[in-house]
Amino acid sequence: MELFDVQVITGNLPEFWRGLWMTIELTGFALLFGFFTAIPLAVLRLSTNRFVSTPVAAYTYFFRGTPMLVQLLLIYYGASQWEWMRAAWEAGHPLWVLFREPYFCALLAFGLNTCAYTVEILAGSMRNTSHGELEAARAMGMSRMKALQRIVIPSALRRMIPSYSNEVILMLQGSAIASAVTLVDLTGAARNVYSRHFAPFEAFVFVGLLYLALTFALVGLFKLAERRWLAHLAPRKASQGTQA
Amino acid sequence: MDALIEYSPSLIAGAWVTLQVALLSVLLAVATGLIGAACKLSGFLPLRLWTMLYTTVMRGVPDLVMMLLVFYGGQLLLNLVIDHFGWDFIEINPFAAGVLTIGLIFGAYFTETFRGAFLAVSAGQIEAGRAYGMTGWQIFRRILFPQMLRFALPGIGNNWLVLLKSTAIVSMIGLSDMTRIADQAGRSTHQPFTFYLAVCVLYLAMTALSSYGLGVLMKRYSVGVRETQV
Repeated sequence: MELFDVQVITGNLPEFWRGLWMTIELTGFALLFGFFTAIPLAVLRLSTNRFVSTPVAAYTYFFRGTPMLVQLLLIYYGASQWEWMRAAWEAGHPLWVLFREPYFCALLAFGLNTCAYTVEILAGSMRNTSHGELEAARAMGMSRMKALQRIVIPSALRRMIPSYSNEVILMLQGSAIASAVTLVDLTGAARNVYSRHFAPFEAFVFVGLLYLALTFALVGLFKLAERRWLAHLAPRKASQGTQA
Repeated sequence: MDALIEYSPSLIAGAWVTLQVALLSVLLAVATGLIGAACKLSGFLPLRLWTMLYTTVMRGVPDLVMMLLVFYGGQLLLNLVIDHFGWDFIEINPFAAGVLTIGLIFGAYFTETFRGAFLAVSAGQIEAGRAYGMTGWQIFRRILFPQMLRFALPGIGNNWLVLLKSTAIVSMIGLSDMTRIADQAGRSTHQPFTFYLAVCVLYLAMTALSSYGLGVLMKRYSVGVRETQV
């Protein structure tokens, strides 16, 4: 028996390819959902009204304090516990029937999870907005909403790029648990190939390399984003012609 | 609720397994991280390159993939060795595989934490130690390590909280941690939601307790450092 048989990989490329797309889809949609939901929630998180900020804080506390795997299992397997949910499934209710779909449940769990982290990252970034900018906005006669929309949120979104890139990479890696609810993502494909051929090294080393490549691609993209949107914070380069 | 009370002893046993995995992994990770940081700061280029490869791979590959590789791949390698020597069949223990994987993965994160913290201790401190005639080990033990720890503590706390939560995936290689116990109890009682929620509460309790402990440690190691008050 060979320890590393490349044919196990080449013979199963279509399955790996579908798994790769599943991983990209799950991660991408979850991140999109999480990002756009996080913006209004971060504003609410910073509200001085405790009845507004506490529910958001409780939400982020729960999702950041528990493993994503347990959240996924809670949503997917937990849904069937409720009588009314099962009744809705019987009746073919258009919304609740989604909770029987592993794809939807994974998206929901991943989306809610990354949203919770993004809310805290963005809220932290907004808290660090320099006071003078807000005073200037007020002096210009901007309302609270206008100042948020024109000053606080755009600049906070820029400044959060480095920590958000971390979250995006963690989300990509976290999505590997999708195979726990029967989805065939990259890790799921590797598990299938492993159990068919009993070839752990081929299967897991290969997808490990693919994940590594995806991670590098993301790191590269964020480098570009930082150069584009954080240029004003980059260390100043020595200007030419001033050297003695 | 009755089901929860009935299964609470096994759920608590599972929580203990989770805690054991987390504590042993963090010990391994801290040891690996200290060695890794020393390698990254060493003047020997191959050592630096090797550590860089290690931290990049460990942080770029999902923990689950790494764990499956160690668990199934390790079994295959073990079988080959056993065949070669004609021993009896030995099964890889999911507990050991889990601790080893999580420890090595987080060793990479701790390497970065400790490297940054060592660099944060000002060079003058080390020079002062040398001026007093301390040996390298004395400088490390009396000057570098205690001061490094203060800079590293926030990172250590963060890594620990992430590590604690990533122990849940050991349930996927068959270890009876609290997630797996909840899975089994949920199936047999038809109350999966109740049991997974109980696991969430247990994890929240562990993270809350750790945050409190880290706060106390932080205070202890920041004695003599005055924060700027605005």
